[in-house]
Amino acid sequence: MLKEGAFRNPSGCAIVGVIDRSGRKMTGEGMIEAITVMHDRSNGLGGGFAGYGIYPHYKDFYAFHLFYDGKEARQETEAFLNRYFETVYSSQIQTRKVAGVVDEPLIFRYFLAPLPQKLSRSHLDEREYVARCVNRINAQINGAYVFSSGKDMGIFKGVGYPEDVGRFYRLEEYEGYAWTCHGRYPTNTPGWWGGSHPFGLLDFSVVHNGEISSYDANRRYIEMFGYKCTLHTDTEVITYIIDYLVRRQGLTLTEAAHVIAASFWSTIEGKDADAREQEMLLRRMFPSLLITGPFSVILGYTGGLMALGDRLKLRSTVCAEKGDLAFISSEESAIRRVQPDLDRVYSPAGGEPVIYELYQKGGNA
Amino acid sequence: MMDRMYISPAYEVVRDAARCTTCRLCEQQCANGVHAFDVRTGRMTADNGRCVNCHRCVCMCPTHALKIVRSDDVYPENANWDAQTVNEVYRQADSGGVLLSSMGNPKPQPIFWDRLLINASQVTNPSIDPLREPMETRLFLGKRTAKIERDKNGKLKNTLAPGLTLEVPILFSAMSYGSISYNAHACLARAAEELGTYYNTGEGGLHRDFYRYSRNTIVQVASGRFGVFKDYLGKAAAIEIKMGQGAKPGIGGHLPGMKLTADVSETRMIPQGTDAISPAPHHDIYSIEDLRQLVCSLKEATEYRKPVIVKVAAVHNAAAIASGIARSGADIIAIDGYRGGTGAAPTRIRDNVGIPIELALAQVDQRLRDEGIRDEVSLIAGGSIRSSADVVKAIALGADACYIGTAALLALGCHLCRSCHTGLCNWGIATQRPELVARLDPDVGSRRLVNLVTAWKREIQEMMGGMGINSIEALRGNRLMLRGVGLTDRELDILGVRYAGENM
Ligand code: SF4
Ligand code: SF4
Repeated sequence: MLKEGAFRNPSGCAIVGVIDRSGRKMTGEGMIEAITVMHDRSNGLGGGFAGYGIYPHYKDFYAFHLFYDGKEARQETEAFLNRYFETVYSSQIQTRKVAGVVDEPLIFRYFLAPLPQKLSRSHLDEREYVARCVNRINAQINGAYVFSSGKDMGIFKGVGYPEDVGRFYRLEEYEGYAWTCHGRYPTNTPGWWGGSHPFGLLDFSVVHNGEISSYDANRRYIEMFGYKCTLHTDTEVITYIIDYLVRRQGLTLTEAAHVIAASFWSTIEGKDADAREQEMLLRRMFPSLLITGPFSVILGYTGGLMALGDRLKLRSTVCAEKGDLAFISSEESAIRRVQPDLDRVYSPAGGEPVIYELYQKGGNA
Repeated sequence: MMDRMYISPAYEVVRDAARCTTCRLCEQQCANGVHAFDVRTGRMTADNGRCVNCHRCVCMCPTHALKIVRSDDVYPENANWDAQTVNEVYRQADSGGVLLSSMGNPKPQPIFWDRLLINASQVTNPSIDPLREPMETRLFLGKRTAKIERDKNGKLKNTLAPGLTLEVPILFSAMSYGSISYNAHACLARAAEELGTYYNTGEGGLHRDFYRYSRNTIVQVASGRFGVFKDYLGKAAAIEIKMGQGAKPGIGGHLPGMKLTADVSETRMIPQGTDAISPAPHHDIYSIEDLRQLVCSLKEATEYRKPVIVKVAAVHNAAAIASGIARSGADIIAIDGYRGGTGAAPTRIRDNVGIPIELALAQVDQRLRDEGIRDEVSLIAGGSIRSSADVVKAIALGADACYIGTAALLALGCHLCRSCHTGLCNWGIATQRPELVARLDPDVGSRRLVNLVTAWKREIQEMMGGMGINSIEALRGNRLMLRGVGLTDRELDILGVRYAGENM
């Protein structure tokens, strides 16, 4: 059978996310609790977490998390990293044996700073430089896979039920202001650690539930701009689209949402003149980045979470708030499990982005 | 040896004597003079040798007494020298001339559309019901290379180049006034307006009566420059430079002199009765830089308010040509496959030059993406798009929209007799004879065109819904929605699709 990534791999899933807008930190325990409720939405073939604010001591460095198939891949990768980065600290990621998680690869973490000379000679913006290095490792070094590459954030994922994966990574020992989690129900996979979600690029992480019908239109378009969709998953292409629109084109998250989950023309025509003009323009500028078919995603980024669902609302998303806490989930039950008493619970409309940010970043209470 | 070789007619007119009332309607309907009334016998006769099998008489006969059958007269069987090939040799030995024909290449080369199959969603991904949910077929043609710029309030500025807005991914392709009739043009213009799409004047200029459809008009600038002047360019939503045509790559347009009537001559701005033969190349375009200059001059002449389309025939290096055009300042590329129709073309060229649109389109789209310039241009595929399924497949391969020509003429009554070049079209389409033109009622014709495109639009929506796609934009280039059958690895590779049964 082909290794994952060699074929297109749709999957059904459960997703959940939480942020404390005051910046107060919580361990990964809550997410593990929450995803346990949605056990039946996963099938044991993949689970993962993203935590934000978890590396305060190294917050100025890119935290790379890597899977290695063996020692050789590790040596080759470290040689590569040494050519392009200064490694401030590196170690194997601490894990514990858990019954449901087997066949783990070598898992390493590096805190990196681009070598200033190499960076300036590359004529690239720093983040682009880092993104390209990640791409090169993933595409060119056999048996090595960077699955997390942002600053002061980290992705932890593997094959197994998400709650088991969380315990495997000892997430109760990490503290972050925001977490997302994903339980996977792939309809077609031999289960590869790198293929689990969240999918990350720099500080963006995406968890996604759905199967998009626009996949190949999106993929063939985004690949024009240097992205390589090697995993053939929706999550990967969605992450690249967001990265392209937000980081490279400079759109706001809301604008990006109006590209990805654009309102129908008939809806746009009913909006006020300003919104109408802007949304029409966005649809005309990036028509090939419209995503159709069922999806609900949680995008994690430095300082916030965004929930976005397809415009027909073919996948459920529930948002809830309690004091400074804000939750996003496939099912309300997962939220209630960790926070039975909520100030507000609602389902956003299809295509309507919900953005929760730290107050210090301008987030609303 | 005889001077002229007798060639037995390909078709026979069969009249059921028991049904025929000798009303003589067929006689009056046939501009080719097939039918006649024999006063001595009191019966109708038919001259099979004149019959082009346009079915006008069959359709009009009030008692359904007529049918046209293939003649069973045969030459000695020969798989190499079939009857048509032999007859063409006789014909050329008689006349010493180039064989002329019309409409698209009728030869049995493979039709790749028929070897592509469309996907549908199940279980993991729902289909969408177009009767209950919005199913968007609106799209825009033109450049999409806008820069993100904001005004002082942070609002995005509209930096997009001018383009075309279509409510359906279908436009009527270029057919000139002269090659087709005034009424046929009226039908196309009115239908385009009603459908929210465009028709194309072809290279014969634009009759002043149709200036009022300017918002739905694409005007063509071809190598003959017929009818091109300031008002013409001004009365267009877009300007198309015709570099080539699928039916006759490498040569210019042909309009036989007998179709060049007074009105046509005025619109074309050339003398009445002369053959209008456009030069093979544009004599001011011998290279891609020259094309760029023409694109720019046309834009200059229209104050950069209109998109420019460059139409090319699908030939072997279509991808490289398209890549050059995409960098020439043009906004849209129209690619015309070798099965595209025509009012008149040398038979040998029509049947032997060019390549299938499916392969050319797939290669062009991929090449533009490989070079990262797919946003520089939109792609229109044509020649020959026969049904809504062809449209869906073309868009999934990478087209933005499709041109239809032959299908539109069929809607107006054309029966593909392939004798447009004779100017005696009994359906009032490819003729300038007033009594024949009058047979095509613009009210009826435009309604039939609207019906056709509306029906196709519904079918496109059904197929999109089946795929779980609710915007035509998300179908463009979505090749995973296609699978091939009966294709070789090489063909699949060129089309960029997988074989039926292969996983996503
Ligand atoms: S139109 Fe029909 S009924 Fe009339 S003369 Fe011709 S064959 Fe006979
Ligand atoms: S347009 Fe008229 S002449 Fe031409 S093929 Fe059709 S029916 Fe025949």
